Amino acid sequence: MSVILVFLLVIAGFAGWWLSHQRLTAKPWLEQGLAGDFVGLERSALPTAKIGLGVFLAVVGCLFSLFTSAYFMRMGLPDWRPLPLPRLLWLNTGVLVLSSVALQCAVIAARRGQTDMVRLGLATAGLTALAFLIGQLIAWRQLTDDGYLLDSNPANSFFYLITAMHGLHILGGLVGLGRTSIGARTGARPQRLRLGIELCAMYWHFLLFVWLGIFAVLAGWAATFVSICQRLLT
Amino acid sequence: MVDVTPADAVPPAEVGEMELYHPHSWWTKYVFSQDAKVIAIQYSATATAIGFVALFLSWLMRLQLGFPGTFDFITPEAYYQFITMHGMIMVIYLLTALFLGGFGNYLIPLMVGARDMVFPYVNMLSYWVYLLAVLVLVASFFAPGGPTGAGWTLYPPQAIMTGTPGGQDWGIILMLSSLILFIIGFTMGGLNYVVTVLQGRTRGMTLMRLPLTVWGIFTATVMALLAFPALFVACVMMLLDRALGTSFFMPAIVEMGQQLQHSGGSPILFQHLFWFFGHPEVYIVALPAFGIVSDLISTHARKNIFGYRMMVWAIIAIGALSFVVWAHHMYVSGMHPYFGFFFATTTLIIAVPTAIKVYNWVLTLWRGDIHLSIPMLFALAFIVTFVNGGLTGLFLGNVVVDVPLSDTMFVVAHFHMVMGVAPILVIFGAIYHWYPKVTGRMLDEALGQFHFWVTFLGAYLIFFPMHYIGLIGVPRRYAELTDMTIMTESAHHLNSFISIMAFLVGFAQMVFLFNLIWSIRHGRDAGGNPWRATTLEWQTPQTPPAHGNFGKELPIVYRWAYDYSVPGAKEDFIPQNVPGSFIPSREPA
Amino acid sequence: MAIALVLVLIVVGSVLFHFLSPWWWTPIASNWDYIDHTIIISFWITGVVFAAVVLFMAYCVFRFRHREGNRAVYEPENKRLEWWLTIVTAIGVTALLVPGLFVWSRFVNVPSDATEIEVVAQQWQWSYRLPGKDGKLGTSDTREVAAENPLGIAPKDPNGQDDVVVEAADLHLPVGKPVKMLLRSIDVLHDFYIPEFRAKMDMIPGSVTYFWFTPTRTGTFQVLCAELCGQGHPLMHGMVMVDTEQDYLTWLGQQQTFAQLSAPQQTGSANPLPGKTMASALDVGAKVETVEAR
Repeated sequence: MSVILVFLLVIAGFAGWWLSHQRLTAKPWLEQGLAGDFVGLERSALPTAKIGLGVFLAVVGCLFSLFTSAYFMRMGLPDWRPLPLPRLLWLNTGVLVLSSVALQCAVIAARRGQTDMVRLGLATAGLTALAFLIGQLIAWRQLTDDGYLLDSNPANSFFYLITAMHGLHILGGLVGLGRTSIGARTGARPQRLRLGIELCAMYWHFLLFVWLGIFAVLAGWAATFVSICQRLLT
Repeated sequence: MVDVTPADAVPPAEVGEMELYHPHSWWTKYVFSQDAKVIAIQYSATATAIGFVALFLSWLMRLQLGFPGTFDFITPEAYYQFITMHGMIMVIYLLTALFLGGFGNYLIPLMVGARDMVFPYVNMLSYWVYLLAVLVLVASFFAPGGPTGAGWTLYPPQAIMTGTPGGQDWGIILMLSSLILFIIGFTMGGLNYVVTVLQGRTRGMTLMRLPLTVWGIFTATVMALLAFPALFVACVMMLLDRALGTSFFMPAIVEMGQQLQHSGGSPILFQHLFWFFGHPEVYIVALPAFGIVSDLISTHARKNIFGYRMMVWAIIAIGALSFVVWAHHMYVSGMHPYFGFFFATTTLIIAVPTAIKVYNWVLTLWRGDIHLSIPMLFALAFIVTFVNGGLTGLFLGNVVVDVPLSDTMFVVAHFHMVMGVAPILVIFGAIYHWYPKVTGRMLDEALGQFHFWVTFLGAYLIFFPMHYIGLIGVPRRYAELTDMTIMTESAHHLNSFISIMAFLVGFAQMVFLFNLIWSIRHGRDAGGNPWRATTLEWQTPQTPPAHGNFGKELPIVYRWAYDYSVPGAKEDFIPQNVPGSFIPSREPA
Repeated sequence: MAIALVLVLIVVGSVLFHFLSPWWWTPIASNWDYIDHTIIISFWITGVVFAAVVLFMAYCVFRFRHREGNRAVYEPENKRLEWWLTIVTAIGVTALLVPGLFVWSRFVNVPSDATEIEVVAQQWQWSYRLPGKDGKLGTSDTREVAAENPLGIAPKDPNGQDDVVVEAADLHLPVGKPVKMLLRSIDVLHDFYIPEFRAKMDMIPGSVTYFWFTPTRTGTFQVLCAELCGQGHPLMHGMVMVDTEQDYLTWLGQQQTFAQLSAPQQTGSANPLPGKTMASALDVGAKVETVEAR
C-alpha cells in the first residue's frame, strides 16, 4: 500500500498548504464584519471548472496509485511471470505525447485568438488520441496472439486491466474533446472555448503523466528503481 | 416551490462565472432537476426507501437469531443473504448516500450562501447513477440464486464460490456492478460538494465561519473521494476473478474435492484494499454526523459551540488519521503480526481528537439554556450511544484485546452502536431540525416524542446487552446458534429479548415515516426560522427556499455561525448575515 | 426533564448489568489470562469515562434546562480546560495501549519449545496434522489435495511420511505444553477459534498463519469457525480435548500416519469414491466413523 500512501501524502501536502493560508487559528468570534483581512480567504481566482477538474484528477490519481499498489503487492507472490511488453507501446507513447503537444498548441492558439490553429490543434489531438487507443488495442492483440492471455498469469491480468482503465479515461476525455471541438466549429464564446481547451489540455497532460507512470511500472523499471533505492538505504 | 424568472434570480456580478440553470417544464423541475434541493430530496427519498428494505431484512435476521428453528423459510443461505444486503445497504446506500447526497446537497449551498452547487448538471447525473446503482442492487433480489450472501465485506475467495449464496450465480456480479456504479455516481456528486465549499462561498464566508455541519460534510466528502477508489479497484479486480478467471485474489483452491483453475492470488490483498476504503468509510459516516450534531446542540442549547477551533482541527485530524488505521480490521486476518503494533497505536491516537469532540459537545451544554426539543433529545441520545460505541472501539482497536473479541457479537454490537445507531439518531435529529425548512411545516411533536423514546431506549437495549453475548465468545454471522456449548439457555433468552426490542424499534420507524408524510400537509406552520438559528439556510426569503435560494441578492456574512446569547445583544441569536458589532466586552478566561 | 433521569438510569443500569448479569466470558483454559486482564483494565477505564460523560450530561440537562428568562453564558472556548482534557485523555489512552502492546508482543513471539500442530480447514470441517517421530511436519501444497491425500501433504517429502493425520476428527492436546497452531486452509477463509483459549487467527488459502497457547486445564472444548466461510459456517464445529500426558500418548498411538493412510488404498475398499470424503463435508459424524473404520 506504499504507493497510495505516498500519493495521499502529496495530496495531504497540498491540502495542508492550502489550509495554512486559511487562518485556521483565527478566533472567529472576535472577528466581525467584512474586514479587509478576508480578501484571499474567499474563493480562489482560478476558474471553478479548473478546480473541479483538479479535484477529479486527484481522484483519478488515487485510482491509478491503488492499482499500482495492488500490482506491487501481487508481484511479490511466487507465481508472477513478467510479460514482455510489445515494442508498439513505445510508438503509442510517442503518439500520446504528440496528442498532448497538439493540445498545448491549441491552448496557445486559443490565447492568441487564432481560430484556425485551434481547430487544427484540436483535430490533431483527437486523432492522435484515437490512434493511441487503436495502437493499444493492437498491442493487446499481439499479446493474445503470443499466448499472453488475461487469465494465464497475474502479470498479464494487471497489464490488460491497467491499460484498459487508462484507455477508458482517454475515451472519456475524447467525449469532452469532442464537445469542445464542436464548440470551436459552431463558434462558442471565445472565453468559454479557451477554458474548454485548457481543461482538455490539463486532462490530457495528466493522462500522459499517468501513462508514463504505468508504463514504467508495467515494464518493471519502477520495481527496479525501488529495489535500487532500498539497496542504497540499507 | 415558487417559479422564478431568470431576471430575479441571478445578479451576474455576485455569481461570477456560475450560471444557474432554469427549469422550464415539470420534468426538468421535479424529475430531471438540476436544483440541489430537489436532488437532495430525491437522494433522501431513495435512500430512505432502500433503508426500509434493510430494516425489514434486519427483522428477518432477528427472527432467526431470537427464535432459532421457528421459521423454516430462513435457511442459512437466506440468512447470509439478509445480513449481506442489510449491511451493504445500511453502510453505503443509506448512510453514505443520505449524509452526503441528501444533507450535503440540501445544506451545503444554503449554508455557504450559494445559489446552487457549482456543477448542477453533474450533480443531477450523480443522483441518476445512484438510482441506477440502487436498482441494480434491488435486481439481485430477483436474480436466479438471489443476492450475494458473502457478508458485506465480500471477502474472497468465498464471495465468488459455490458454497456462498450468489457466489456462482448473479448475486455477486450484480453487487459488484452496483458498487462500481455507486462509486461513479458518488464521485460526480462529491466533486460538487467539495468544489462548492471551495468556490461557492458567499462574501465574508471564510472557512472559520463555516458551520460545523459544512466542515463535517466537506471533510467526509474529501475522504470519500480518496477512499472509494480503493473499493472500486477491489470490485473491478474481483469482478475479473469471478467472470474472466483471473487470479488477483484467488489462490489455488480445492472446492468440494475439485481443483479450481485459479492459482497464486492473495485474499489478503483484497482485505487491504477493502479496508483502505472501509475504515475511512466509518468516518465518512461519522464526520457529517459530528458536524450536524454540533449545530443541533449549539442551536437548541442557545449557546455557541464550545471550542469551535478545536472542533475544526479535530475534524481535520480525524480525517487525515483515518487513512492510516485501516488494518485494525485485520488484526486476526493473518497479516504480518508486527503491523499490529503500528495500527493499534494509530487507532488509539485517533481516540484523542474524537474524545475532544465529545467533551466539547457536553461542555456546550454546560451553562447553556437547553431547550429539550426533539432535535436536542436526539443529539443527547447520540452522545450516549456514540460514547458507548466509541469506548468499545478502544477494546477492538487495542490489538490483543481484539483477538478474543474480533468476529464475535461484540464487534456487531460495537459498530452498530457507533456507526449505526449514533449516526442514525443524528439523521433523525437533523430531519426534525430541518424538515421545517424543507417543507415549511413542523413534524408532529407527540409522534416525535414517541419515535424518540422508543428508538433511543430500544436501540440501547438491543446493542448494549449484545456486547455481552460477544464477550461469551459467540461468533458473528452465525445463522444458527444451537449446538454450541458456550450458548447457555439464558443467552438464548437474551437473544429473544433483543429480537423483540428490534421489532419494537422497527415499528417506531413506521410511525416516523407516517409522521414525515402526514406533516407535509397537516404539520404546524413553521415560519422561516422556527429554531431561531443563526446559519444562512434559515435566513432565506422564502420557506421552502426557492430556486436560487436567496432571492435577488446573495447574503453577505459578517460573523461566525455561533453567535448565540451574545452579551449585550437583544435577542439570544444573531444571524450570520446581520451586520454590526456585538463583540463581547471581555475575552473569556 | 425525563431525559436527565433516563440518562442517570442508563448509567446505573449499564453498570448493574455489567456486574450482575450472568453473561460473561467462559472460564479460561489457556495461558492467555493476560488478555483477560487487559480487557478488565479496558472495562474500568472506559466505564469510568462513560459514566462521567453521561452523568455530567444529565446534570447539565437538569441544571441548565430552559426556564423563562434564562440565558446561556457566552463562552467560545477555554484553552486551559481543553488542554487538560486532552492530556488526561492521552494518559487514559496510553494506559490502555501500553499493556495491550506488551501482551501482543507475547502473543506473536512463540516460545521455542512449542510443539507445532497443523490445523487444516475446508468447507466445513477441521482436520489436523501432527509431526511424527522426526518432530517435523512435511511440506504441503493445495495442488496435492486429492481423495487419498485430503490435506495435500507433499508425497515426496520424507518429513511428511510419518506425520500423523487426523482427518475430520477430534484433536487431543497434552495439558501444560505450549503448542504452536499452524493454520492452513484449502478453500476459503476460516478462523480457528476456541472461546476458552481466547486466541484465534484467520486461515488463508495459499499461506500458513499461526498462533500459540498453552492449555492450562484438561477438558473438552468446542472449536468454532469465526470467519464467514459460506453457508455451512455456523455448523463448522470441532472438538479439542486437553488430556493428561498419558491419555494424550494413548490417543496418539491410535492415530495413523500419512504413510499408513496412503498405503492401504489397495487393500481397502475396491471402489474408492473420488471426492467422497470431501463431498459430504457437512456430515462430520459420518466421516468420523469412516476414519475409525480404517
